[in-house]
Amino acid sequence: MTPEYLTYEKRAYGNDHDRYDWSYSKLRAPVRPEGVADVTAFIVVPLEFFPLNPSGKPFKHPGAMVTPYPDLRHFSTRDYGNRVGIYRILEALEAEGLKAVIPMNGEVLSRCAPLVERIKAGGHEIAAHGVSTDHIHYDGLSKEEESAYIEKTLELFGAVGITPTTWMSPARNESYNTPDLLTRAGFKVCLDWEMDQVPVAMKTETGPLTCLPNHGELNDFNLMHTKRQSEDEWREQILESAAFLASEAKTTGARVFGFTLTPYISGLPFRVRALREILAGLKEKGGVEVKTASQIASAWGDTI
Amino acid sequence: MTQCAEPNLYDYWPYEDRPKIVWPEGKKLAFWIAPNIEYYEFQPPHNDKRQPWPRGNPDITGFSQRDYGNRVGHLRLMELLDRYNLRGSVSLNIALLDHHPEIIEDCVKRNWEFFSHGIYNTRYSYGMDEAQERAVLKDCIESVEKATGQRIRGYLAPALTHTENTIDLIADNDFWYSCDLFQDDQPQPLKTKTGNLVSLPYSLEVNDVITYGSLSQSPSRYADVLKRHFDQLLLEGEKSGTVMCIPLHAYLVSQPHRIRPFEEALKHITAHSDDVWFATGAEIAGYFRENYWDQAIADIDRRGLSTGGTGFTG
Repeated sequence: MTPEYLTYEKRAYGNDHDRYDWSYSKLRAPVRPEGVADVTAFIVVPLEFFPLNPSGKPFKHPGAMVTPYPDLRHFSTRDYGNRVGIYRILEALEAEGLKAVIPMNGEVLSRCAPLVERIKAGGHEIAAHGVSTDHIHYDGLSKEEESAYIEKTLELFGAVGITPTTWMSPARNESYNTPDLLTRAGFKVCLDWEMDQVPVAMKTETGPLTCLPNHGELNDFNLMHTKRQSEDEWREQILESAAFLASEAKTTGARVFGFTLTPYISGLPFRVRALREILAGLKEKGGVEVKTASQIASAWGDTI
Repeated sequence: MTQCAEPNLYDYWPYEDRPKIVWPEGKKLAFWIAPNIEYYEFQPPHNDKRQPWPRGNPDITGFSQRDYGNRVGHLRLMELLDRYNLRGSVSLNIALLDHHPEIIEDCVKRNWEFFSHGIYNTRYSYGMDEAQERAVLKDCIESVEKATGQRIRGYLAPALTHTENTIDLIADNDFWYSCDLFQDDQPQPLKTKTGNLVSLPYSLEVNDVITYGSLSQSPSRYADVLKRHFDQLLLEGEKSGTVMCIPLHAYLVSQPHRIRPFEEALKHITAHSDDVWFATGAEIAGYFRENYWDQAIADIDRRGLSTGGTGFTG
């Protein structure tokens, strides 16, 4: 083994990166921003485009094509989400009067124009989700290449008159530069990181980027597709998160958590009953409110 | 390098008809709980044998989830274990002493035990020569001693990565127990060149990483698995004392949807205090070394199962 492998340049107090400071939750005074509930949940509904011919760089995006080309099976099952599943999710949200944050790949905007109009009119927050699932941000891209991905995304949103301020990276993957490039492009909120139970301000070259805890362990794709759990197990886990955090909030201060509803997963007919039970259940939990990402960021404001 | 077919770190020793182990005060099962308190580097160095982050550097979802464990999760678990009067035996990435001393202070305050889990969970032992591995162990022993006054007695290799020398070297540094081998539900002497090193059951199969990662199970299923595992080992402990460990990772078990279902398992286990010795790794290994080391070796000899030699010497 080379001697370099056994030297530890960043072995010192705090984190081994300077994106945000180390902060032990116990040592913080409980934060209860004005007008903020004990627990705020945010619901992330990604709209993604999965090309039939993905490059797979630097890894295969979750949900990308599986079988040899042309994988019409997975292309069309993903497309089902944007045609059918999403409408079930929107209806279920509306039945409870809830607004979601809906990150969209730029390439979805023209492909699903009526859906985008419908979501706009519904008062949900539209967030940027990169160009497509085949445009993953990673360390192998030059700063210029990655900037071009972000510019292209904003151009596609601009063409339909939307200026998103919340960002979620394709596959929630980033390069070392991503946070700097995002704030430079005008983004305020990011849904890629999950290091705390409250919003965290990340340091970038052009001001703070608010990171909201988007729990990968509660993601519907992760639980019901990757882990093959039932929709009842999924429902229990989301509702238990809300209930546990509500009980904890009495001593810790306000809590935030987010989870994902993937249209081609949660929008399947056999899962919609559990979805309705989740949304109704969240409302029934005392002290739990559902907000969009930018609503949370502005409600927490200076306390972040 | 020639690779061995047989590590020869312990002799085959059938579970049936072993001489009896009785834990202090006549207890049947020695129970310990091992929170892994880890630091995964944001930008770990390349290793030929294993890529630290599945997505490559940086892997921000993987990193930030583990950071959640450090910022929020350990505390939840500590407060839960407090309510059941359970002390943790911490599987510690030693660099965390430097990065996050606040977490260490909270463990020290609770009189928790520490054992070494390497420097970082993103630095693997593969390819280290003997001098390098000795230097790492010295770093581990001295760093914990300096920060907490405790002399560590246990070892679990970082990310379960080993060399052929690892077990010999920890024995030679007066460690009492290794959590690296999963061949048994009772302690067993290891065949090392020097020292008296016990293989202490770490119950890898009920580790939350296995349940939530490899097996993809739900929180209520995990509670059920832990109860069943405990019930069976307690039953067998009538005949001869058994060991159960619950190895944990706050970034998994302390997620808001998992911590209260986990509490159900603790309730069940702690309700059997008449029969269960709630202990730490060094307490169990120390008791075994004092009282049952010779008995175990004599039984293996008596059965004609002793093959001689030490680890990786054939």
